[in-house]
Amino acid sequence: MALDANAVAKIAHLARLGINPEDVPEYARNLSAILAFVEQLNAVDTTGVIPLAHPLDATQRLRPDAVTETNDRDNFQSVAPQTEDGLYLVPQVIE
Amino acid sequence: MYRKSLAELAADLQAGVCSSAELTQACLDRIAALDGRLNAFITVTADAALQAARAADARIRAGQAGPLTGIPFAHKDIFCTRGVKTSCGSRMLDNFPAPYDATVTRKLAEAGAVMVGKTNMDEFAMGSSNETSFYGPVKNPWDETRVPGGSSGGSAAAVAARLVPVSTGTDTGGSIRQPAALCGITGLKPTYGRVSRYGMIAFASSLDQGGPFTRSAQDAAIVLGAMAGFDERDSTSVQREVEDYRATLDAPLDGLKIGLPKEYFGDGLDAGVGAAIEAALEQYRKLGAQLVEISLPNTHLAVPAYYVVAPAECSSNLSRFDGVRFGYRASSPKDLTDLYQRSRGEGFGAEVKRRILIGTYALSAGYYDAYYLKAQQVRRLIRDDFLRAFEQVDVIMGPTAPTTAFRLGEKADDPVSMYLSDIYTIAANLAGLPAMSIPAGFVNELPVGLHVIGNYFSEGRLLNVGHRYQQVTDWHTRCPAGYE
Repeated sequence: MALDANAVAKIAHLARLGINPEDVPEYARNLSAILAFVEQLNAVDTTGVIPLAHPLDATQRLRPDAVTETNDRDNFQSVAPQTEDGLYLVPQVIE
Repeated sequence: MYRKSLAELAADLQAGVCSSAELTQACLDRIAALDGRLNAFITVTADAALQAARAADARIRAGQAGPLTGIPFAHKDIFCTRGVKTSCGSRMLDNFPAPYDATVTRKLAEAGAVMVGKTNMDEFAMGSSNETSFYGPVKNPWDETRVPGGSSGGSAAAVAARLVPVSTGTDTGGSIRQPAALCGITGLKPTYGRVSRYGMIAFASSLDQGGPFTRSAQDAAIVLGAMAGFDERDSTSVQREVEDYRATLDAPLDGLKIGLPKEYFGDGLDAGVGAAIEAALEQYRKLGAQLVEISLPNTHLAVPAYYVVAPAECSSNLSRFDGVRFGYRASSPKDLTDLYQRSRGEGFGAEVKRRILIGTYALSAGYYDAYYLKAQQVRRLIRDDFLRAFEQVDVIMGPTAPTTAFRLGEKADDPVSMYLSDIYTIAANLAGLPAMSIPAGFVNELPVGLHVIGNYFSEGRLLNVGHRYQQVTDWHTRCPAGYE
């Protein structure tokens, strides 16, 4: 399936990914080529085939519901762009 | 000193022939002298390395050394290293000193290995040529006008050029094996779940796996032994003993059944590469192995299935980069959406954006069944091909890559053609199988890699198969001109 510029802009918005308007046609062309390439999958009959989510068909391990991590907030926030009083700062959301 | 293998260096350190401080300084000197030509390193950690080397020397003197104690290594810049920039080859993380260590980082440090720096890579491990890095491409030491392969291109070039005896890599679709092949060294991707993914920046979580680059299978056995093992911090880590990979290196290959998938020797394979692989297979026959033609009928679906599964998981994993908690933040955002969009738009490069967009599309409402579910179904068909093959044979062999190293820029504008350079490696990731590339000759003075795929948890067997070949061939000892 070919994607046009509008479709690319819509997907970019879903991904919250800023794309320069002048680059959109090239993305549309590249993404369409990739989608055309993966189209080969449609030629395969997969009726009744169970999707493989994990190569070893393993399921998630369970662990006791106990606190195991220590509070390392200061360390983690030391790499944040902007914090104050232990909170992450973002532009004002509610006017 | 830099010409010696890891095993030889470990013996020298034990015997006091040299100290880790001397060895580490020698690597740092080589990097300073030669990396300007290669661009293999993003960060060199000279002071920390020399400090770690002195600690390793103390440990050796105290008689508490293991086989990696005091050995310098380069770490792919995808593994978190506390307090050291961990960029993942991206502008997004150019300002990111990791606040914690990856499990692999910790395990190698505990083994006494000395990290000399962090290596260049395709941005977020998305690429097959190392050209998508924010820090510029890495050059192939065999021909500096050519790519080293990717995504672990810096790690492969650093070992090939004898800047370090060992480096780490990660492999989501071939990112250890393809650069190992293009740079003429040994690279191993373990079974999915064998090496912890904790602190290894995620690209496609159901495919990603870390492993070593070395100059021989014997050296890889030592490094994998230190990297592997169960980790409760990785939810897909496998609870299973790590074997002594060195103990089985010398096992004879009499009666080894090698499967040759007819799909791996068809159209698209360079004739010179094909001839080198045929010669390697003949060598295996002389070593007592039996060659069996097999078929993996869904091979042609591996790359298309991968380019749904990997971007889908990438779009989900990379949603964490939002300009709020860590990494790049755009200046003067006008609102929260603008902050997200511009931080991500300015922080990510073109290939990463392409994959996020493809993945977002494939997972979006109305398309999930047609793309992601379909690809996961095909993934099972590909896995089942291997399960059937391994009822018949012990290992599967073929070329690692369809051609030798291509020129810088040659495929940069054509994503699909770039993706096809991983045509032989991707299936092992989809199936979660261990696989290795070892040097198997040259075409026009460029290295060729032999790809060996094994059954689940057969890393010991793969290394044995590689080691026996390296006992009777010397391709793995060849050094690029200008780096002797």
